Amino acid sequence: MEKIWLIIKREFITRVRKKSFLVTTLLVPLAFAAMIIVPILLATSSSEHKLIAVVDNSQLFENKFPDSKGVYFKYLHQQNIDSLKQHYEELGYEGVLYIPEFDINRPSGFEFYSSGQASVTMESSINSDINSIIEKKRMELQGIDQAKLDGIRSDVEVTFKNGKEGKKGSSWVAYGVGYASGFIIYFILLLFGTSVMRGVMEEKVSRIAEVMISSVKPFQLMMGKIIGIAAVGLLQFLIWGVLITAIYSLIPLFVSPESMQAAAQGSQAMSQSEQAEVVKRITEVVGSIQWSLLLPCFVLYFLGGYLFYSSLYAAIGSLANEDAADIQQLTIPVTVPIIIGIMIMMKAVHDPGSSLAVWGSIIPFTSPMVMMARLPYGVPGTVPYWQLGLSFVCLIGGFMTTTWAAGRIYRTGILMYGKKITLKEAMKWIVRKP
Amino acid sequence: MNLLEVKHLKKHYATHKAVDDVSFDIQQGSIFGLLGPNGAGKTTLLRMITGIFYPDEGQILFNGKKFDPENDVRHIGYMPEERGLYKKMMVGEQTLYLAQLKGVPKKEAVEKIKYWFDKFDINTWYNKRIDELSKGMQQKVQFISTILHQPKLLILDEPFSGLDPINANLIKQEIFHLSQQGTTIIFSTHRMEQVEEICDHILLINKGHKILDGSVKQIQQDFKQGLFKIGLGTMPNPAQMATYHFTIVQSHDKAFTVKMNEDSTTNDILLHFIRQDIPVTYFEEILPSINEVFITQVQQTENSRNNVAAAPLT
Repeated sequence: MEKIWLIIKREFITRVRKKSFLVTTLLVPLAFAAMIIVPILLATSSSEHKLIAVVDNSQLFENKFPDSKGVYFKYLHQQNIDSLKQHYEELGYEGVLYIPEFDINRPSGFEFYSSGQASVTMESSINSDINSIIEKKRMELQGIDQAKLDGIRSDVEVTFKNGKEGKKGSSWVAYGVGYASGFIIYFILLLFGTSVMRGVMEEKVSRIAEVMISSVKPFQLMMGKIIGIAAVGLLQFLIWGVLITAIYSLIPLFVSPESMQAAAQGSQAMSQSEQAEVVKRITEVVGSIQWSLLLPCFVLYFLGGYLFYSSLYAAIGSLANEDAADIQQLTIPVTVPIIIGIMIMMKAVHDPGSSLAVWGSIIPFTSPMVMMARLPYGVPGTVPYWQLGLSFVCLIGGFMTTTWAAGRIYRTGILMYGKKITLKEAMKWIVRKP
Repeated sequence: MNLLEVKHLKKHYATHKAVDDVSFDIQQGSIFGLLGPNGAGKTTLLRMITGIFYPDEGQILFNGKKFDPENDVRHIGYMPEERGLYKKMMVGEQTLYLAQLKGVPKKEAVEKIKYWFDKFDINTWYNKRIDELSKGMQQKVQFISTILHQPKLLILDEPFSGLDPINANLIKQEIFHLSQQGTTIIFSTHRMEQVEEICDHILLINKGHKILDGSVKQIQQDFKQGLFKIGLGTMPNPAQMATYHFTIVQSHDKAFTVKMNEDSTTNDILLHFIRQDIPVTYFEEILPSINEVFITQVQQTENSRNNVAAAPLT
């Protein structure tokens, strides 16, 4: 027990001390922060004045374009459009909107001049502004009252509730959470699995393996590495969690409240009551996810899946020789089930009740990914307790089997030098006496 | 007292018998040579003694008790032929780690590392990474990490391969020193000249079988062929050399290698020259080198086996 602890410690410390650990641990939260801050800063910076000259020969649009997102309109009268086209930049305009006299029933001939291509947002907002102004004018002409029309418009949204208590949920949030956690598990399995494999290969190729095996049991060496790397991963997650929370709460210091507001207004102009409504919806929806069940399940599926696959990766690593190309081939039987898992996960997140999703979430090769995609849809609503239980039992049985079998391949493979080992040969080692 | 007793050890692989019924004892404090050509089963045998492999049959007694890999490995230091260190680790950390895995408490291990690093004059390497060292330097570190926990049984598989003569000598002196302090040493090699120089006892195996074992001196006596080299003051003519007591194997400048007749004595040979008034300048017995014994024995077992195989089945 003391030995395995020493091995875990070494695996942990040598990895944590590496520069690459420091870099990834710091870069990921920074990238996360950048993802939040940069759009805000961009939104703020784009709020510089853009002045658009409007030459309105129809007299319909005078003072009707809403100034927003830093775009302002100036209405020019008795201007020669041809001379303005030449000189608008010298006069300080970003562009010129030319509106001819037109027939209200057949509007045409609207033109916009700018030095470069106008942006997509500018194009669409000017188009919709013009259209809505024309629509209003037409309604007036037809004698339709604006208030009446607003009374007719319908804006109903069905509330989807699930379970006997009729909890309010949102399939979109379940979809997002399921997709994200399934994907995270997928990345963990691949990244950490290969990390374990490379560690084993390093031990074998540098010829330290036999020295080690004369002091500790092969199984201890293998499990020490697997647990050590898991600890590194957990530490990294923990640091990310703390840093992301810290950065998130520090964002107001980097970005002034005005620009935050500007950004918020820029993206969606909302009244106070609307904002309150959205906040209420979000809390409701976030509350509809069973976090107290989901988080422990995530940790358990992470650990179970990791143990299941990393021991297989360790076994593959023990078959390595100096030739790195051989290893690429040998990893295929381990990598393919993970990829199948992520594919089933993508289906399951759309249709968590399908039999593919159900069986995918029970068979331990794919269950860590697929079950994480189903769980946010609700337990026991979408995932009955028996399925969750069976999935756990299978996963525990699964990783006990894989670590046992991998340990047997590992202890032979790690001492086998010189010749190329085929997978078929390695399978025979599982049943052979040590 | 025997530190290690190996009784009828067998280890079979799917295709061949790596070790087939091998027995031997090793006295405490002796240097024991394990010899055999490539593929003889030396590594398999050593891996069983170090607890890496379990024997299919037979018994190993360590210190008089049944060998218990779990606990006894801390009294064994093993430097395998396929050796290496963690390339990215510091020299000091690496040796400390390996010592701790052998059960040496940290504080004690640090003191011992200091002692050995001083002795080998490599204190400045403590914070160097292994891959910054030359191969010979790495070997030194490897040797220190093998003996740091003061093993009762030290197993060295080709310890001098890759070492320059100076460092090889340094390690050799250390092996003698440890042996004098009571460490039992198994020395596995196929380099025979080292065996004669270093080992007290040897065990020769080939194709998994024990061919012979015994003390180096005894084996040389057992396999001597009655060869002598005699130096002469003047060169005799061929007629003067004719005698019943010996036949000439080789003539040198003022010297002959002769093979003594079975019922003659060394005095008969000397008298032969003295009577003829040919001055004898020196006279020495030629003992077979372990190398010769090794080659003849390996070839003999091979031939006998081939003969058996070739014999018609009746």
